[in-house]
Amino acid sequence: MIALLLRDMRLAMRAGGGFGLGLAFFLLVAVLVPLGVGPESATLAKIAPGILWVGALLACLLSLDRIFALDFEDGSLDLLVTAPIPLEGVVAVKALAHWTVTGLPLTLVAPVLGVLLNLPEAGYFWLVVSLGLGTPALSVIGAFGAALTVGLKRGGLLLSLLVLPLYVPTLIFGAEVVKRGADGMATATPLALLAGITAGAAALLPFASAAAIRINLR
Amino acid sequence: MELSVANLAVARGGVTVLEGVSFALPPGRALVLRGANGIGKTTLLRTVAGLQPAVAGKISVGGEAIAYAAHADGLKATLTVTENLAFWGAVYGTAAVEDALTRMNLSDLRDRQAANLSAGQKRRLGLARLLVTGRPIWVLDEPTVSLDAASVALFADVVRGHLAAGGAALIATHIDLGLAEAEELELGPFRARPASENGGAFDAAFGGDFA
Repeated sequence: MIALLLRDMRLAMRAGGGFGLGLAFFLLVAVLVPLGVGPESATLAKIAPGILWVGALLACLLSLDRIFALDFEDGSLDLLVTAPIPLEGVVAVKALAHWTVTGLPLTLVAPVLGVLLNLPEAGYFWLVVSLGLGTPALSVIGAFGAALTVGLKRGGLLLSLLVLPLYVPTLIFGAEVVKRGADGMATATPLALLAGITAGAAALLPFASAAAIRINLR
Repeated sequence: MELSVANLAVARGGVTVLEGVSFALPPGRALVLRGANGIGKTTLLRTVAGLQPAVAGKISVGGEAIAYAAHADGLKATLTVTENLAFWGAVYGTAAVEDALTRMNLSDLRDRQAANLSAGQKRRLGLARLLVTGRPIWVLDEPTVSLDAASVALFADVVRGHLAAGGAALIATHIDLGLAEAEELELGPFRARPASENGGAFDAAFGGDFA
């Protein structure tokens, strides 16, 4: 399991694509939005939580189809299914590897991009906390979508359509945490719901994903 | 650890391609599957390996005994030869990487990225993975594709060594491996009859003879 995690992270680093692309996309969103919306700092401060969360979500979406597609194409997925490790664990570990190379870096650079969007000072802590709690759900739900579409030629579009509705609750509660935090209001309720979504997704979806892969490989 | 298959029927894309296949593969034996393209060799091997369910019949094999090798080798182009093997060694909980490198004649290439190997060298690396798994029953689909004569002989030696150590091998191939001790099974007689010949679901449903 640990070997699989290390291998996936090493592959992501060496291939470059998945690792850098998400971050670059996130940066572009944060740079372009002020240019489009205009320089009024009050407007920017108001929309910053939502823009940062949408940017992080779309950046996460970019590399989802690589989670299983590469292993499917070169035959390693067949070999992993017949290996003496549970497929549910393989899915969970691959989602964790995806989070480590996308969700985690996004969470860490988000405060820097918050400056570009004039995020109120009180919001920075909640931005990092909400992304840290919410992005794992994006990876796990994304892995489920990738498992459903594995083996499809150009399954990327279908994957996005399948996954985006499932991302909506995470987006709503994640952005709500930052908004409330920035306004100095209580954040406990949306934070609990955000954590609940992540915990539920991480507990249940690896089983569904493993079942989907088994069926798709037949 | 014996693999035995009784009255097995397998399907590809919902169409039964082989039926009534039975054989036993005791330790120390190799069985070569022969048959024309499209007869269902790959489907049969994938079913035996547990990648897809059987339509009918029984496959009995004790526990996790099978190491499967398909057309695709599952190699990662950006990892080196040693890293590729070490990963599978960790997955299977064995530490036989060095031994596998030596036996498949890959020691000189150990630090080369898989992307820079020739097709035949990649194939040898794919087969070296079998040694790393430590599993007794090898299920091999066209293992000698893109291998030259010397590498085929090397591969036959490795299989012979595996059999001598109490392993077994089920191999689908079109070429002569030079494995004198292997038995052969011709799959032609097990080809499933098309529905039109045996009164299939369509005829049954409409109760008629449309000829």
